[in-house]
Amino acid sequence: MHELALEGVTKRFGTVTAVADVSLAIPGGSFVCFLGPSGCGKTTLLRLIAGLETPSRGRVRLDGQDLTGLPPHRRNIGMVFQSLALFPHLAVGDNVGYGLRIRNVGKAERARRVEELLALVQLDGYGDRAISQLSGGQRQRVAIARALAMEPSLFLLDEPLSALDAKLREAMQVELRQLQQRLGITTIVVTHDQREAMTMSDLIVVMSEARVQQIGPPLEIYRNPANRFVADFIGASNLLTAERAGPGAARIGDLRLAVSGGTETSNEGAVTLLIRPEEVQILGAGAAGPNRIDGTVRFLRDVGASVEIHLDSAAGPLIAVAAPKDCPPLAVGTTTALELPAAALVALDR
Amino acid sequence: MRPAGDTAGTRAGHLAGIYPALMIGIFFLIPFALMLAVSVAHRVPDGFYEFAFEADNYRRIFEPVYLRTTLFSVGIAALVAAICIAIGFPFTYHLTRLPRRAQVLWLIFILAVLSLSEVLIAFCWQVLLSRTAGIGNVAVWLGLVERASSFYPSFGAVVLALVYLVLPYSVLVLYPPLSRLEPEIPEAARMLGASPLRTFFGTVVPVMRPAITAAAIMIFVFTIGAYLIPQVLGKPEHWTLSVLITDQAVFNANMPFAAALASFLMAITVVLVMAVLWLERRQEAA
Repeated sequence: MHELALEGVTKRFGTVTAVADVSLAIPGGSFVCFLGPSGCGKTTLLRLIAGLETPSRGRVRLDGQDLTGLPPHRRNIGMVFQSLALFPHLAVGDNVGYGLRIRNVGKAERARRVEELLALVQLDGYGDRAISQLSGGQRQRVAIARALAMEPSLFLLDEPLSALDAKLREAMQVELRQLQQRLGITTIVVTHDQREAMTMSDLIVVMSEARVQQIGPPLEIYRNPANRFVADFIGASNLLTAERAGPGAARIGDLRLAVSGGTETSNEGAVTLLIRPEEVQILGAGAAGPNRIDGTVRFLRDVGASVEIHLDSAAGPLIAVAAPKDCPPLAVGTTTALELPAAALVALDR
Repeated sequence: MRPAGDTAGTRAGHLAGIYPALMIGIFFLIPFALMLAVSVAHRVPDGFYEFAFEADNYRRIFEPVYLRTTLFSVGIAALVAAICIAIGFPFTYHLTRLPRRAQVLWLIFILAVLSLSEVLIAFCWQVLLSRTAGIGNVAVWLGLVERASSFYPSFGAVVLALVYLVLPYSVLVLYPPLSRLEPEIPEAARMLGASPLRTFFGTVVPVMRPAITAAAIMIFVFTIGAYLIPQVLGKPEHWTLSVLITDQAVFNANMPFAAALASFLMAITVVLVMAVLWLERRQEAA
């Protein structure tokens, strides 16, 4: 179990800053996702860890040992590339055994290890096939087996599943997570898919514009996003522009709301309130009470398992999601009372 | 019943196929047939030739001087191809890893060098390697040697000028496949523990082997046809078969024998190219 630490890592390409002052600690044996939109610096950060780029400033440490000046071939880090980068001139088994051959592992031992690795990724008996004979999912597995061959201290994957179709991708997410748990290897996956990150990781590092926005377990990031960007990027969200009105309260026009989620830093000024669609309570017509507003139904999407209701309210447009049995009969144009529970409202500074 | 449009489409397809066939016929098959016809013609002493069917010209090829020259031609073409790959492949690999702008500038420069003809290159090197105006004088000026000497005619001068002539072609032939090489492939080798040198020779070269073979064949064929450089920069023993063909055709006015030698050279080249391609395919299958 190897622990990775980044200390103030910065990478500039000419005048462009791709990674700005990133510090984070990744506990040994954990599964981490670098999540963010394209161009946010997540792939550059992964390449800095791999040694394929050198940081302009800062250090990369593995178990306390400084890796910063070490070239990639001396780091013993396994990596799966976005393009997979399988060697087209070698058979499946030779691809998987490439790292072992570089390390002068004997032929018999190599063959045994290759068989073992192919079994690990459920490709038993595929050793003699050419890469061109494999499907996309099978190539994926070869790339994974190849990267794991020399028992690396870290396992890095750059958008590994982006080339697969939706169904296969979901199956591979589960499989990858199970493989990682079985091997106990410290793993970092770069992805722009928040569902993928939520499915696989112990820890999500949300990035935007070269900076880390938030680090935390998936559910914590979902329930308690650090800022507007994270709230918007992870899951569906209603973001309301409001004014602070003393401790634990906010105001939108004449509407006063009790707010208990989020970390308060100020009692005054503008604030963004987050409420997840599934937290918006549909009460039906007429009911009154704290944190309640009226909403007019603008659009309904009933997909059977859940109902999505788009509403106009005094607080602005709102989206609510409810189970069909919890939802009173509604039609477009009708007005209903809504509750925005204080515990589900999160105040965001930025 | 067939729809009318289908017939028209098929006719258009036939017409499209006729065009390349016509061009190959006019510019390759007919001249080649003429050359074959001339190669079996009878030479009229003090005249030209008359059509006949005699194998004398071909029999003459088996005189030791022509066999030796053939061997020398194949050898020097193979040597030039090897040198061009050894210089051109690493150069082109690093060229494709440069920023786009730098690549374009290099390619423009290389294309500019291509516009120099073999005649110009041969005589430029003749001047450069001469005693009176050549690089030997630079060595004198630097105090490296006492007196300037001429570096030609020599085997080295011939090889040097031939490499200079065909190196730009080898870069241009290697450029497209190398620029298509995924940068992540050498990176993957690095991550698996290969040093930069081992990555280059153990991964980049094997992945690019088909492109290297194709480039080597092209350089070989191109070099074996060069006749001016060996003649200008070499001693008679450095003359290639192409020089002898020119000699027969231009100075001896022996068109039939020149045609026979040319056909022979072409046959040798085709056999060698086929052999290399066959070996390549066998390697691929293994």
